[in-house]
Amino acid sequence: MQNQSGPAKHTCGWTGICRKHTSRPVEWLAEKTILLVSLSAVVVILLIFIFVGREAAPIFLGQMNSALVQDVIQPADIDKYSPEQLRRYLGLTRKQFAAMDRDTLVALLEVRLEAQTEIPESIRSDKDARLNTTHWRYMLLPYQWTGYDKPVYIWQPIGYIPKYNIVPLVVGSLKITLVGLLFAVPLAVGAAIYVSQLAPPAVREIAKPAIELLSGIPSVVIGFFALLVMASVLQAIFQYETRLNAFVAGIALGFAVIPIVFSIAEDALSTVPQSYVQAALALGASKWQTAWQIVLPAALPGVFAAVVLGFGRAIGETMIVMMVCSASVMSWSIFDSARAITTTIAAEMAEAVAGGHHYRVLFMLGTLLFVVTFVSNMIGDAVMHRLKRRLEGKQ
Amino acid sequence: MNHPDNPTRSIRRFKSARFDFASVFFTGLTGFATLLILAILGVILLNILINGWPGVSWRFISTIPKKDFFDPESTGVLPMIVGTTIRVIVMTIFVVPIGVITAIYLAEYAPGMSLVTRVIRGAVNNLAGVPSIVFGLFGLGFFINFIGRNLDALMQNPGPVWGKPALLWAALTLAVMTLPVVIVATEEALRAVPTGVREGSLALGATKLQTIVRVVLPQALPGILTGAILAVSRAGGEVAPILFTGVAYYMADLPKRLTDQFMDLGYHVFVLSTQSPNIEQTRPVLYATVLVLLLLTFALNFTAVFIRARMRRKMRMAG
Repeated sequence: MQNQSGPAKHTCGWTGICRKHTSRPVEWLAEKTILLVSLSAVVVILLIFIFVGREAAPIFLGQMNSALVQDVIQPADIDKYSPEQLRRYLGLTRKQFAAMDRDTLVALLEVRLEAQTEIPESIRSDKDARLNTTHWRYMLLPYQWTGYDKPVYIWQPIGYIPKYNIVPLVVGSLKITLVGLLFAVPLAVGAAIYVSQLAPPAVREIAKPAIELLSGIPSVVIGFFALLVMASVLQAIFQYETRLNAFVAGIALGFAVIPIVFSIAEDALSTVPQSYVQAALALGASKWQTAWQIVLPAALPGVFAAVVLGFGRAIGETMIVMMVCSASVMSWSIFDSARAITTTIAAEMAEAVAGGHHYRVLFMLGTLLFVVTFVSNMIGDAVMHRLKRRLEGKQ
Repeated sequence: MNHPDNPTRSIRRFKSARFDFASVFFTGLTGFATLLILAILGVILLNILINGWPGVSWRFISTIPKKDFFDPESTGVLPMIVGTTIRVIVMTIFVVPIGVITAIYLAEYAPGMSLVTRVIRGAVNNLAGVPSIVFGLFGLGFFINFIGRNLDALMQNPGPVWGKPALLWAALTLAVMTLPVVIVATEEALRAVPTGVREGSLALGATKLQTIVRVVLPQALPGILTGAILAVSRAGGEVAPILFTGVAYYMADLPKRLTDQFMDLGYHVFVLSTQSPNIEQTRPVLYATVLVLLLLTFALNFTAVFIRARMRRKMRMAG
């Protein structure tokens, strides 16, 4: 390879073509093309961040106003306002605004005015009608809406006054994820210990691919199974009231998380050098003692990474949770229904008007989800990476 | 009492504990966990197979259903099979070349610990963990609202042709989602090719590119195939990314152009199980549809897992 040109490497420059040996333009071109194509994964991550974030930006920047009753600009007063004010008021992009003549603008103002006058008086007089509910204060803190006797957290995007409090959704997601992890992690880690350390080779050859096969079941199928079969069985066992609740969703979610946690934990446990195991066995430890006292502590960061990555998978799962439970209730009880962030996005995007505040809030939830999973992935990968380096002795 | 750091203590504990209860108990417990997971897998598969098999017939597979597809007598799944198949094929055309080239870079060219390599690796790992619904939002925000609308403006189409949910956008969204699957599987396959083979080729005067194209890639082909199969089976059952990017609740015809919307097996399972007016009556149709979906995705997965297991064994022998 380029070994012979080792010392001369520095004189090559970024092109990699050296004057000293025969240059190969095709080789050079191929290498650079391959590098460019392989950057696509990085580009995609950036694009996701930019384009999901872009749709949500007006919410983050506080430019959205979802108030039902707004100050109107009378079409007759069109000349009293600057073009920028008009553009903001009509919610147009600069390009759209530039393409419009005066008559179109007047027509748009009339439409606006008419929409405002059509609001029934009973709702117009509501004290909440002038609130911008996309303000973070109404999205995060409890508020006493008209008709409620105390401040509440409520997600109710449809109606005259949309309520976008995201706390019930976050609680719902966490609740379901927690149940899923509590169910999946002990099982998956137990199975990983067994398969990687204790099982006879014949069992390992069957069990490992079989558990990996579980990850091949589409999440709609798990959701379907939970909805039709598991919900009734679990209700018969645990005797709770609501048939479809966060508990059922969590267990079903566990089915999807098990293969992930299993394969990462198994991977980490298998990375522990054989010499550790042999030394322990030579000292007279039983197989279980070796696994529990030698291998598991050495691979513990890997198991932690498995749990973190499992969390990322669980909180982002959509179809299972959407099929099993979707009623938005603010409650920490796992036997109540719950609505996850993912479910909300999937179920409501179809009815949200593109560019409207509901649409933007849903994209904001998507951005939130992306950031949370991004961070958990980073942590998981970093931990796993360090562990592997340490165990392979490349400190 | 012995000091906890005293080595004789731990040695004695190992000796006396050779046949202790804890070892047997915990070996049994972890074995039970493994068994339980396998049992869950078995129960799901058997339940679907037993309940779904009677409903699957040639008529069921080859019929385009009427608007009311909940009726067990007249319904079918042809448009869903066609829709799922086409979107997966289009996805493969995009994802496999890009994924394989990225893997070639990572396995053959990438300097061990350089910044570029680390960034690419980090991006690939991160991409694998992005929730599928976020890919759906990305498809809507990027492919439809940005690329599609700008294409429409550029071609001066009277109505939205590209700037609306379409087969192409759904396939591209899935391609983005399955990129890490292809990359990881291909890289593993490339690394399984012994270094000696590469060195032999280089020693005979072949260039690096020639070595990769003519020696390494042919040897890694089964592994690359595994990656493609895994991507197809993953994408085949995914519903969340296509919810806003192309799937239709009902279409009277099969999709004809890449800009058409389509019906999809996974989404159909969702519709049948949540929107049915009479779940008892729909149950046979539902089970049959799930079975068709599982057969399609699972047959692929099964092959991939076994090619992979064989490859790993080979690698362990070689290494």
